[in-house]
Amino acid sequence: MAERVLMKGNEALGEAALQAGCRHFFGYPITPQTELAAYMAKRMPKIGGTYLQAESEVAAINMVLGASSAGKRVLTSSSSPGISLKTEGISYIAGSDLPAVIVNVQRGGPGLGGIQPSQADYWQATKATGHGDFQCIVLAPSTVQEMFDLMMDAFDLADLYRTPTMILADGALGQMMEPVEVKERPKRDIPEKTWAANGHQGKRKHNVINSLYMSPYDLERLIKERFARYDVIKEKEQRAELYNMEDADIVIVAYGATSRVAKSAVKEARAKGIKAGIIRPITLWPFPNDAIQQAAKTAKHFLAVEMSMGQMVDDVRLAVNGVKPVSFLGRTGGVIPTPAEVLHEIETIAGGLK
Amino acid sequence: MAIVFEKPHALSDVPLHYCPGCTHGIVHRLVAEVIDELGIEGKTVGIAPVGCSVFAYNYFNCDMIEAPHGRAPAVATGVKRALPENVVFTYQGDGDLAAIGTAETVHAATRGENITVIFINNCIYGMTGGQMAPTSLPGQVTQTTPYGRDVKTAGNPIRVCEMLSTLDGVALAQRVTVDCVKNVNIAKKAIRKAFENQIEGRGYSIVEVLSTCPTNWGMTPNEALQWLRDNMIPYYPLGVYKDVTAEGGSHHE
Amino acid sequence: MPRIIVNTEVCKGCELCAAACPRNLIGYEKEKINSKGYHPAVLLDEEKCIGCAMCATMCPDCAIIVER
Repeated sequence: MAERVLMKGNEALGEAALQAGCRHFFGYPITPQTELAAYMAKRMPKIGGTYLQAESEVAAINMVLGASSAGKRVLTSSSSPGISLKTEGISYIAGSDLPAVIVNVQRGGPGLGGIQPSQADYWQATKATGHGDFQCIVLAPSTVQEMFDLMMDAFDLADLYRTPTMILADGALGQMMEPVEVKERPKRDIPEKTWAANGHQGKRKHNVINSLYMSPYDLERLIKERFARYDVIKEKEQRAELYNMEDADIVIVAYGATSRVAKSAVKEARAKGIKAGIIRPITLWPFPNDAIQQAAKTAKHFLAVEMSMGQMVDDVRLAVNGVKPVSFLGRTGGVIPTPAEVLHEIETIAGGLK
Repeated sequence: MAIVFEKPHALSDVPLHYCPGCTHGIVHRLVAEVIDELGIEGKTVGIAPVGCSVFAYNYFNCDMIEAPHGRAPAVATGVKRALPENVVFTYQGDGDLAAIGTAETVHAATRGENITVIFINNCIYGMTGGQMAPTSLPGQVTQTTPYGRDVKTAGNPIRVCEMLSTLDGVALAQRVTVDCVKNVNIAKKAIRKAFENQIEGRGYSIVEVLSTCPTNWGMTPNEALQWLRDNMIPYYPLGVYKDVTAEGGSHHE
Repeated sequence: MPRIIVNTEVCKGCELCAAACPRNLIGYEKEKINSKGYHPAVLLDEEKCIGCAMCATMCPDCAIIVER
């Protein structure tokens, strides 16, 4: 059996990136993702990799663009305000069909907000990670083990679909310590990076990494090609964990740290005889519509729980499409909802169902 | 009889889109000639900016990357750190390098990032139709300084080579121009040195080329060269501001 | 005999070559317009060209090949 190691969430992200073959990290310090950058600063020089503290998040994401263009696995990490600065580069990375992994250990916003855990960047991550028509793959871990596993997956997905991929974590997951086990993973067939700008060596035509197209028809064609790829991602990569869903009347939809709170509440609800279950999106984009729609056939009520004023709930409503009622419970500004609050909401809904 | 002058190999056959008499074309050719002479086309990665030279990725036969506005030094940093054996250059205008990308420029320079930077200073934003640049001269009329650049409200121009020459990471900071054959030859030597420095691992090298924008200055190409001599060179003296390979370090007019 | 060959399709008639020619041998074909709408450069007196390449050195469009 593989060794189990006690790790902090942010460090698990770092170690997983190294094990995924990432040897280039560019970042700018910000709370609460600090330990990830510190881990990379400690490890990279020992293994012949690059850790570079950039002058800004803007510079860091463009260094990522450069290293990715060169054909390398590359990582940057930040927290909410820093991600806003990276959105310019993420848009260019998407528009240039480059793979890259970006970590957002979310904190409260808007503005400087706070440094406590938050999920208020859901819209930014899934709808508008920069200007223009594009999507990022967005992965949402809920344990330190999953921080590790999803980081490994993120590099594969980014390379496979040549698209920016984001790990959307939060301050709670980043800071907590849990045991991590390195597991055997299915091997993905990742194509060679023949498109990379790494010097043609006189053996091929020059490669150009670019997002500029002066003809609207050329640009439209490329975007449509990209969206065809997004359709494949939606079809193949939707992931969700189902918890107590076999007979659930009330379905809680929650991701990341919030899903752990929801799990405690559902356990208590079950003890009280309420048939509650959880759909925990692991991929936020593509959103696990299939799992939600399947549940909507039998469940009676959906409840989205988030650390925001209600962002993912939009996607739940779109998936449920009016077939069943959808409610929302959220705390924001860095406040984590308590199991008692969630249980109270479940009981209120259950009361209405009777 | 032999051909003694023709288009260098590192420059593609795509016709340049620049306005008639725009000196971008001369500088493109000089960069390509140096790439040819050093035999490095196969391992060179160029970074194009946003601005008039945005299409540089179509004009050089080496691998090319089109960077977001001002971020070429950061993109170049990423490439060079990933591929230290390759040769990486940026080609940037004054808005790109000295306004929106000042932070990236200064920090790549002070880190001593081992890259080559070709900086086109023509005192104006060409691509967007002639607005004030960070390097526009005091009193210069542009679309956004219609009464002339008033330094009290629009601020003062930036002398990039002078500023960067104070940084320890800089191996070469030289200002040249391409207004005549003699100066074109000096410019080419500077560009060659900036590439050789990188190959030798000396750090950040920048060659600032005083250039013209006949269209947005509202002049013929030859009038524009004269305006450059009369107005730009006095404000931006030509010369070597820093050269780690030279005795004494710098000399300028 | 040294000579220059102008790629008339690429030439933009900017006149930098004419100003650079030490013998004032370059003019512009006012009767001819290339597909971009410019009057291309032309060597006016082939006998006198010394193939010094100063015109080509100043050409922003690599429109001039010099033979010597």
